[in-house]
Formats: sequence, structure tokens, C-alpha cells
Amino acid sequence: MKLLSEYRDPELVRAILSRIGERRTRSWRIMEVCGGQTHNLVKYGILSLLPKEIQLIHGPGCPVCVTPLRQIDQAVELAQRGVILCSYGDMLRVPGSRKSLLEAKAGGADVRMLYSPLEAVRIARENPGREVVFFGVGFETTAPANGLAVAHAAREGLPNFSLLSAHVLVPSAMEALLADPECRIDGFLAAGHVCTVMGYEEYEPLAARHRLPIVVTGFEPLDLLQGILQLVGLLEEGRATVENAYGRVVRREGNPQARALLAKMFEQVAREWRGMGRIPGSGLDLRPEWKAFDARRKFALDSGESREGNGCQAGRILKGVLKPPQCPFFGKECTPSTPHGAPMVSSEGACAAYFHFSAGAVDDAPAEPAASHP
Amino acid sequence: MNPASAALACPLPKLDFSEIHLGHGSGGILMQRLLEPLFGLFANPALSERHDGAVVSTGGRIAITTDGFVVSPIFFPGGDIGRLAVYGTVNDLAMCGAHPRYLALGLILEEGLPVEELWKVLCSIREAADRCSVAIVTGDTKVVERGKGDRIFLHATGVGDLHPQASVSARRMSPGDQILLNGPVGAHGIAILSVREGFSFESSIESDTAPLHVSVLRLLDRFGTQVHFLRDATRGGLATVLAEAAQQGSKGIEVDQARIPVDEEVGSACEILGLDPLYVANEGRFVAVVAPEIAEEALAELRRSGWPKAAAIGTVGDEHPGKALLRSSIGGKRPLPLLPGEQLPRIC
Repeated sequence: MKLLSEYRDPELVRAILSRIGERRTRSWRIMEVCGGQTHNLVKYGILSLLPKEIQLIHGPGCPVCVTPLRQIDQAVELAQRGVILCSYGDMLRVPGSRKSLLEAKAGGADVRMLYSPLEAVRIARENPGREVVFFGVGFETTAPANGLAVAHAAREGLPNFSLLSAHVLVPSAMEALLADPECRIDGFLAAGHVCTVMGYEEYEPLAARHRLPIVVTGFEPLDLLQGILQLVGLLEEGRATVENAYGRVVRREGNPQARALLAKMFEQVAREWRGMGRIPGSGLDLRPEWKAFDARRKFALDSGESREGNGCQAGRILKGVLKPPQCPFFGKECTPSTPHGAPMVSSEGACAAYFHFSAGAVDDAPAEPAASHP
Repeated sequence: MNPASAALACPLPKLDFSEIHLGHGSGGILMQRLLEPLFGLFANPALSERHDGAVVSTGGRIAITTDGFVVSPIFFPGGDIGRLAVYGTVNDLAMCGAHPRYLALGLILEEGLPVEELWKVLCSIREAADRCSVAIVTGDTKVVERGKGDRIFLHATGVGDLHPQASVSARRMSPGDQILLNGPVGAHGIAILSVREGFSFESSIESDTAPLHVSVLRLLDRFGTQVHFLRDATRGGLATVLAEAAQQGSKGIEVDQARIPVDEEVGSACEILGLDPLYVANEGRFVAVVAPEIAEEALAELRRSGWPKAAAIGTVGDEHPGKALLRSSIGGKRPLPLLPGEQLPRIC
């Protein structure tokens, strides 16, 4: 099976698009939770192919975007204190209140861009005289690997490795969004990768309590359209249930090994989300038995709240209250080169996606996909 | 030429030192000892004068280009910094529509560089220069303290004779022009990433480093001024070249994702790393924007000149001047903007 092309088949895309058009009788506001989905909706031009009545609201599922200023400042501070600070690529460019990690690097700090946290364990092993901190951001998807890195470091007895955990949990954020009186969302496309790890049992009470449907959705064009089709179906029928449109990857119970690892390494804590404030039970910190590997304890970092000072509307954008172009700074003071806030930085951020999307003459896009070329 | 035969043709000279020291850049005897074999390796009449510069003749109008090479690591799958420097400079001349003739080469060496590595790079330069029939006519060597460089930096300036029919400029693109690409994109950037700290992964992807002047000159010989624009898609990849061309020529550019070749392994690596292959660097890929009447024949010519996977990927138009758009494989459209900085891998 060619995974790169089979889920991008133009004929099938056309077929599902027309079924969405037939199924829909009114307007619906759908939130795709995950930034990876936002990215692909833009990358494949799917937004330009959907009926105008299906409005997609880009949710808070971009890990870089929701990491609070305070934690970026802490990472920058650690890097400037001489530790080897490691993190994922797009985390490095997000501005803190004074500078980003990339700017700290330019100023002489030892900041390294890694793809896997296990690389940071290797760096700790090879540099026994230096402290190595992995800045672990992300959702339930990246948390197991970061937990595993701590387990490895513990097994190897590497006292110079620690994790600065900024992990966040998706269901608590969805709950917070729905509790917000400003929020108007008719249904969710749940994040396929997060559900691969966690399953979707925990979304069932959420759907019932707030009376809205949730469809577990993947990332390829056909996955996304299939998720939208199923969600529109549930909405039209008025059914507030959870369906799985990503069955080739996601099981109801998720990945038991990864869940067991998460339970062993982490505990749920209240966490601040950028622009959304403190959400109870929405973060993961290392359990007390792993405190020797907890950078926040090891370096005595305080856990106060961030103070956002530049008028960035990230919070209202992440809640779907404002569309990025409705922000007064969008495309003027705030661009991907001069971002005010994180959603303009990451390629998964809603603002960056809109900036790229609206930068060209795409309104004349055809309603029907073109046939593929030989 | 495979590495074994290159090594045979280019044996390590007998020297009484195995690493570069600051003294090798001092201008004294140590420096002479380092440079002696270099003059032998690159021998040609202009260089053998051993003057501060070179006196050469050209055919008339010339093209000049200059470029720095700082790739890390200096050896990577499918190439090395030396080959990159020669082909990179030759290609920049070719994109002006020029026949590459002479190179001036600057070496900035970091103290402690093993002589064996330096020699490997120099042999690679010689081999690449021979393949392109360019002469290295003058050069310079500096040594910097350990930590002030990254093993070896190269700087090359190239001079080429302009093809008499060459008239290459983004402003010459007109509506209806066809955009040709000589082969699959993204291999060079991914090959480099595959051997970088923090990213290393097993793959058989090799850099696409290659000289392009022969293909370009054949296009110019046959189609002359109907070749409107040429640009190699190096840093920033194909998308950046298209965005810049649209901007500089104040025309709209539209390309079809389904027609842009990307090798499967490169495509998979990009998916995993969260990179867009259209923005990944190449070192042997170029776009030619040509008049619609000759597009088909020009494509056939490209395919015959060593690029069997060359493709016509899109057209120039009047709409959305200054912007490049991509029609996605499923039919949606999105702009191809310039990136604000380096393309960074996504988290998940």
C-alpha cells in the first residue's frame, strides 16, 4: 500500500465532497482540534473545496501555540544558565517575553533541535559534566516518548538529564472551550494521533454532557473529508455521539502500553494554556518518584502565570471566537517573520495557516478537484 | 567516478603533518608546504603563475557569480562540500545562460582539521572541476582558530562566457509560458538531515548534487531567446524559486503538485519529519521557463540530456501577479509564499 498517495485520491476526494454537499441542509461550525489537521486542511487546499456553509474553526491543538510564555521564558532562562537545552524544531522560534530559544542560541546558549527525546538522553550520556534539559512540549502524542526518555535516563543512572514538562491534555481543553460562553461550536473532529494513544472512551461523556457529536479523524485529505462527512451526518441527524472515522489506526481503548507508560511516569496537574488561562487537570508533570528528573524542581523554577503584554488575541483565536484575519494585528504588525504570538509561528498555527492561505488569490479556486495528471 | 577510483587518481601527498595548524595560514614555509601539492592538483597555466590573481581571456560578455559553502557535515550521502562548491558555482553561471570557464577558490580551514579530510575535499573539487571543464585559476587559504570555523568553509567565484543567445530574466516571462523542472526535488536537503545530529536516520537518500550547465547550454543552443528564465532551486527549494520568480517578474505562476516529481523515499522522510519537499534544498535541480511553442520539444531535450524524470509542472499567467500558487494533488489551491526563515520540523 502506498500510504503517500492512496488517501489523496482525487476521484475519491471528489466523491466525498459531493456527498458532504448532499448531506448538508444548513450551516455548521466544526472545530478540528489538532494543528496537524489545520495544517493539512490548508496544505491541500481543502478549505477552498468545501461548501461555504461548512465552516471550520481551528482549535487549540497546536502544541507550540498553547505553550505559555512563562514556560518558554523558563526554557530560555535555563539555556542561558548554561544547560544544554534540547527541544523540537518549531518550539525554538516561538518568542518568549524577551526572546525565543533560537535567539538565545544566537546569543551563545547551547540550544539543540532534536527529533527524539532519546537523543537528549544520549547527549546527557556523552556530556556527563553538563546538565541536559529536554523541553517536552506537546499533547498525549509526544508525552509517552518523553516519559520513556526519563525512564531510560533513570535506568542508566544519568543524574544530569531532566525534563521540563509542558505537556497538555486535549479533552480538558475541549471541556474548557465548551464551558466558555463565547464559544459556538457545533461539533468536533477529534485528533486522530491523540486518540491513537488514548483511545476515545473519554470523549463519550464529553459528547453526552455537552450534547454535541465528536468524530475521531485522521490527517490525510480523505481522512479529513471522511471525518467531516460523518460529523455532518451526525449533526444533521441531531445525534450527540462519538464516531471513529480513523479506524485503520485508532482503537476505542487506544494504545494500552503507551497509556500504562503515561500513568507510570506522569500525573495530571492544572496547567496554564497560552491565551486560555489555567485549566484544571489539563497538564502532565512527572510523578514525585521521578522528581530527580523534573527540571522544574531541579532548577527551582517558579510556576507563576504569564503576563501577555502585546495585545495578542491568541486566546480568542484558539477558542474559535475570532478568525485570524479579524485580529487587528494580523498581517500588519504580526506576520510569520514578526510573530506577536505562537499561532503565527508554527506551521500548524491557525494564524500562520491563514496568513499563507490568504496571501494568494485563492478565492477563484474551483469547487471541484481537478483530475490527476499522469 | 566512484570513491575508490577517485582515491587512486588522487593519492594523499606525503606531508610531515597530519592536521592543519594556525601556521599553515601564516604565509611562511609551513604554508608553502601545504600549498605545494594543491598547485600540483589543480595545475593550469594561469594558476601556475602563482601570482595574487589570475590573468585569463574570455569570449566577450561574461557572467560572474560568487558563493560561500558552509555545509555541515562536510561529507554527506552523495557528495561533499568540495563538489558542492564547484557544481554550485557552475550552476549559478549556467542559470545566467553562461558557459562556465574559471573558478577562484577560497579555503577557510579550522585549526585541527585532519589533512586527510582536506585532501579528500580537494580531490573532490578537482574531479568536479574536470567534469565541468572549468579551471581553478586562483585561490586563497586562511586558517582560523579551533572553534572559530566548522572544519572547512569554501568560497568560490566563477566566471563564464555568456551564450550568444542567452536572454534570461524573470521579467521576460510571459503569460502562457511553461515551467519545466529537471527532476525529483528534495533529495539534497533530506540527505543532509539524515546525517545531522538529532535527526540522523537510516536511508539510502543521496544528495542530488550535479552540474547543470550542459543541459542549459543545450536548451540555449536549440531554443535561444525562447528560454525566458532559468534558476536553480537550491536553498528554500522549488517553492522559493517559484515565489521569487513570480515576484521579480510580476507574473502569476501556477504549478500542479501532481506533476512535481518527488522520489518516494524523500516524500516519506518529509512526511515523517513534517517538512514540505517543495521547500527542501536541492543542488542539482533547476526550473526553465520557456515559450509555449517550444515547451514540448524543450522537455524532450531535457529528458535526453540526462534528466529522464524532467517534467512540465505549470504555467505562467496574468492572474495574481507576483504570487506563485500550487494546485494540490486533490485539486485545492494554496499559495507558495516565501518562508520567514528556515523550515523547522513540526512536533507531531
